[in-house]
Amino acid sequence: MPVRDYIRERFFPHLWCPGCGHGIVMNALIRAVESLGLSKNEIVMVSGIGCSARISGYLDFHTLHTIHGRALAFATGVKLGLPGLNILVPMGDGDALAIGGNHFIHAARRNIEITAIIMNNRIYGMTGGQFSPLSGYGTRATTAPYTNIDHAFDVVTLSLAAGATFVARTTTYHVQQMIDFFKKAILHEGFSVVEVLSQCPTYFGRKNKMGSAAEMMAYFRDHTTPIGSKAKKENPDLIERGIFVHKELPEYCREYDKVIERAMGKGK
Amino acid sequence: MKKNVRFVQGNEACVEGALYAGLDFFAGYPITPSTEIAEHLAYRLPQKGGKFIQMEDEIASMCAIVGASLTGHKVMTATSGPGFSLMQEALGYAVMAEIPCVVVDVQRGGPSTGLPTSVSQGDVNQARWGTHGDHAVIAMTASNHQDVFLMTVEAFNLAETYRTPVILLFDEVVGHMRERLVIPEEGEIPLVERLRTSVPEGVDYHPYLPREDGRLPMSDFGGGHRYNVTGLFHDMWGFPSTNPGVVKGLLRHLLDKLNNNTNRIARYKEYFVNDAQVLLISYGASARSALHVVRNRRPRGERVGLLELQTLWPFPVDVVRDLAKAPEVVLVVEMNMGQVLQAVKLAVDDPEKVFLANRFDGSLITPTDIRNILRVIQGKGI
Amino acid sequence: MSRCRMVFSGSGGQGVITAAIILAEAAVLWEDLVAVQSQSYGPEARGGATRTDVIISESDIHFPKANEPNVLVCLTQEAYNKFYTIIRPGGLLVTDTRYVKTQRKVDARQVELPLFQRVMEEIGKPIVLNICMLGAVVGLTRVVKPESIRKVLKDRVPPEFFDINARALELGVAMGRDAAS
Repeated sequence: MPVRDYIRERFFPHLWCPGCGHGIVMNALIRAVESLGLSKNEIVMVSGIGCSARISGYLDFHTLHTIHGRALAFATGVKLGLPGLNILVPMGDGDALAIGGNHFIHAARRNIEITAIIMNNRIYGMTGGQFSPLSGYGTRATTAPYTNIDHAFDVVTLSLAAGATFVARTTTYHVQQMIDFFKKAILHEGFSVVEVLSQCPTYFGRKNKMGSAAEMMAYFRDHTTPIGSKAKKENPDLIERGIFVHKELPEYCREYDKVIERAMGKGK
Repeated sequence: MKKNVRFVQGNEACVEGALYAGLDFFAGYPITPSTEIAEHLAYRLPQKGGKFIQMEDEIASMCAIVGASLTGHKVMTATSGPGFSLMQEALGYAVMAEIPCVVVDVQRGGPSTGLPTSVSQGDVNQARWGTHGDHAVIAMTASNHQDVFLMTVEAFNLAETYRTPVILLFDEVVGHMRERLVIPEEGEIPLVERLRTSVPEGVDYHPYLPREDGRLPMSDFGGGHRYNVTGLFHDMWGFPSTNPGVVKGLLRHLLDKLNNNTNRIARYKEYFVNDAQVLLISYGASARSALHVVRNRRPRGERVGLLELQTLWPFPVDVVRDLAKAPEVVLVVEMNMGQVLQAVKLAVDDPEKVFLANRFDGSLITPTDIRNILRVIQGKGI
Repeated sequence: MSRCRMVFSGSGGQGVITAAIILAEAAVLWEDLVAVQSQSYGPEARGGATRTDVIISESDIHFPKANEPNVLVCLTQEAYNKFYTIIRPGGLLVTDTRYVKTQRKVDARQVELPLFQRVMEEIGKPIVLNICMLGAVVGLTRVVKPESIRKVLKDRVPPEFFDINARALELGVAMGRDAAS
């Protein structure tokens, strides 16, 4: 199916700034879905609030654009309501890990089959450039004019500790890898997390003198490395890309089916 | 033992009513005094193939039922004051996106953590205005277990009819006390099922274009119609819009669909109202004490009557105004500082004759409390 | 039958609420009476002063609390001290001799029974004290038939515990009837 068939052209142009990384993520997501041959009717995209969350409006799936931070809680209801559906939840870093942090760790803990995509641009874009829980110590934002003293989460270690059974990280520079990770995450029977480092030239880039969108993507190229690479050993500051965990554990909805069997066995 | 007779808590009567109405998805978080609803449903729902999930908090519970409703389920959550506060944002989402769902608030003393194991009716205005922005909402209540059952069924029916959240405002006394419940036979109470679109797959379906009767047929997620659901102001496609005409049209629709049907949504009971010189207006556990007063004083020749409200919002203005015309005194009996009192004063022609008999110390208002206040109003002293 | 208003009180974990539920359920399910049971409690699951109210009647019950009970049972000193004054003049006040020392006089018929002692002597399981107490109340007041209580026990109590509960009930009924005569 042509890529255009996955978008709702009626609602374009999109609201993202020139150079924003989120369009690249959307593009990769469409290609992943297309190459898996999934029917659009089987996909529900649930999103919260923020620049990233607007993806849901542009794609021709069943789409649920909810409230700030709660996308995974809504998604949990959709998934348990109709477990046959594929649930994609694109979130920004603030949406997923500040206001939505509690829902994130609990969705991971349940191992419910939902694909969480964290589009990490290290800033609140829609509200105009405030620091997020992923901005990191020493960065600048409109709410950190004297530099940020908040430390950042590491999405990968947080996800692993919370119990996610598929965790991967890539960047908007590494599009083929991103498509590959999305495909594996969607097929994974359990809670999957894909962190995508994405550029916000308008706010994070400008506030932190990161240069143009292209320069920010070059930064991703130069400051990331495959998991366990020789480069990482030589330069520990490099950010690792790759699949950090991919394991089988009982999935929530399948486990609930067993609860139903047990209940019906002893039901009146 | 008679068939279908049970001796249960009010919370269990709510569970039975919900199951009777077709509940098949519940998400919740433990909180006194509503917890028994979750406990019973954790046991009962999977027995009929339904789903129960204990979420990480009340915010998530409310969100999860909205998500599940979109997949075609009849959904409910249950909580008490502090949890109800947490649910307000997602409740507003359900109002805006027009998602059928039922939210039970078994009231306890507030504000804040308040009185976890004691009774109150302090959430009446929170049910009306808890979520931000102009909106309309349905809130129902009940004073005995048969009515808890019935109002729970009604709540599901109204949620489907009007595509709206319906709040069930119970209280600690009714929730925890035990009394007889007779479970009606299947079919005895009519059920309203989800109105689904007849538009075939491949033909344009407008999820937010009301029919001429104001109702909006739905299409389940996973079905042939893919559309957008959002908490933003949206057009007939469900796509966000800031167009002033679209905004005005949607807000009018959200208010009118309930407010124009106030009399249809009104549920209430009358006791000796026709010749009443004193009209008590009450609801929930307070109405039990009010009814006790009426039953007790009538044989002594006192012309006391009771209007028991079961629909609190939209407030049954016409019913209250008509019944309050003749009596010399209207006494609102409730366990708060006068939340329904204010609505009654707005409804009646002569607000000067409306008084409050209340209690807000965590104890159930007693018939003696009501009589003492009535004596003072009538100039008889305590 | 006139309206019977009862308050059972004791310490959390003694099973007074369970006893009240069983009594009220027996009245509703097996004798076609009207009954309402309610309780007030603090945050503790064990200890504290627990109170449960039961009203049994032939006609509708609106106000569900027994503000002036004509039957009051106190299974601990704390409960006795807290509640003895609420009894309706001329009512029946039942206490356990081991746990409660009755100090003040109220205008009620005071029946002190060695419930705990007899339960330990004849059954050896303190857990059924509540059912023995319930038996005594039924024996004293005849508010429902002991057989109705037995039927509820059969339905509510796990089979392996039914026997000791039934024996405790019998024991209590006999003690209550003895005290009544």
